[in-house]
Amino acid sequence: MAGHASEQIDTKTLWGGKESPFRTSYGKLMMWFFLVSDALTFGGFLVAYGFSRHAYGGEWPIGEETFHSLPFLEGNYPLIYVAFMTFLLIVSSVTMVLSVEAGHRMDKKGVIKWMVATIIGGIIFVGSQAWEWSHFIHGSKFGKVELADGSKAIVHAKEFGEIQNFTVQTAGKHYKAGQVLTNKDLDLLHEFQHAVEAGHIKDKMITLHDGSVAKVSKKDDVEMYLVVKEAGSKYKLRDKIEGAEAAKQYYEAAYSGEAQRVIYGANLERNEYGPKLYANYFFFITGFHGFHVSIGILINIIVLIGCVKGTYHARGHYEMVEKAGLYWHFVDLVWVFVFTFFYLV
Amino acid sequence: MANVHTHEGPNDGGAAQRKVIWKTFWILLILTALEFLIAFTMAHGTMKITIFILMTFVKAWYIVGDFMHLKHEAKGLVWSIVLPIIFVVWLLVALVIEGESIFDAVWL
Repeated sequence: MAGHASEQIDTKTLWGGKESPFRTSYGKLMMWFFLVSDALTFGGFLVAYGFSRHAYGGEWPIGEETFHSLPFLEGNYPLIYVAFMTFLLIVSSVTMVLSVEAGHRMDKKGVIKWMVATIIGGIIFVGSQAWEWSHFIHGSKFGKVELADGSKAIVHAKEFGEIQNFTVQTAGKHYKAGQVLTNKDLDLLHEFQHAVEAGHIKDKMITLHDGSVAKVSKKDDVEMYLVVKEAGSKYKLRDKIEGAEAAKQYYEAAYSGEAQRVIYGANLERNEYGPKLYANYFFFITGFHGFHVSIGILINIIVLIGCVKGTYHARGHYEMVEKAGLYWHFVDLVWVFVFTFFYLV
Repeated sequence: MANVHTHEGPNDGGAAQRKVIWKTFWILLILTALEFLIAFTMAHGTMKITIFILMTFVKAWYIVGDFMHLKHEAKGLVWSIVLPIIFVVWLLVALVIEGESIFDAVWL
């Protein structure tokens, strides 16, 4: 009963009513209850995701196929970046616990040191999430292709064949006939992708933004193959198209002159990875989590300032660090669930 | 708000506590690495998902129990937190099954 519990508590910890529910301080208990409510919120989102995914009639994207890029590097690294982000958040959780532990010993320097480490970990995590979003929106080098039979396929490759130059055949407002445009003049890859999506390339002849028409010189892709995600009249779901046939099918679409035969990245209407619902959930759930991490970083910075100023040391305990720690661990825990259900399953 | 109490630090300078912290870190890291291994080697299916969910709960237990110190709190507090979560887990199971039956009803 409450009377029994309050006997064991330091009189100064007792709440206003001279009781101490669960033998814990007011601030800590309220933080726990807030975290339970937040867990219900995130739980709701994940439940909705689980429901939508299992009720979906078509093909749902596979985590390791969708998330396989690393910043600044070419190539296929399935789920490596997400693994790094998970590792980072777990480490920042450990540094947070070490900070709390230092607080138990009134070791001010230790608390500060570990809090700074936690904040840095958090900032790198949010930065990484921002990069993931930006890359998701921007899209892959190949995009998703609608083949001649109406099926839709995603592309895997060891290497996207480099675009070497555009040789202008017909002059436009800006470029002259015979001019050879390289990456020094304009971003060849971006121009190429924009043109492919808009249907401005026909039979290797690209119409540039100034109206000029140029011939595209592009290297062959290395080990490119297609995986069908939406069935058509010829190809079925999960069919794999390799070798020369893959290149033939892909470039027939890319150089067809028809718009949207190849789409890149994600916007509010469509995305190259799967159904619209998938992109919606991706941004919503990871965004909500990222928002929580950002708030956590802010709280940690405020608590750090309190530590440096000596506020908590003067108070005689570092319980504020502990409460901030509870929030931070919660954010880590949510990430563990999000990454398991969204990226791995 | 009466919240002030001075702490007397642990006798060993906190070394034992720090050992537990690092041990928990290694457990979490190894579990996560295992999860990735399973993600790439196991075929997609109910077994895989079940293993992931079980492993995630083990990780959750370590984070909540050790890092958040819940293992050492009053039993009443522990149940105040765990019971609502059990309901959420049941909700997840129920709605995934719902989703599957809707798939069966609409698409099969």
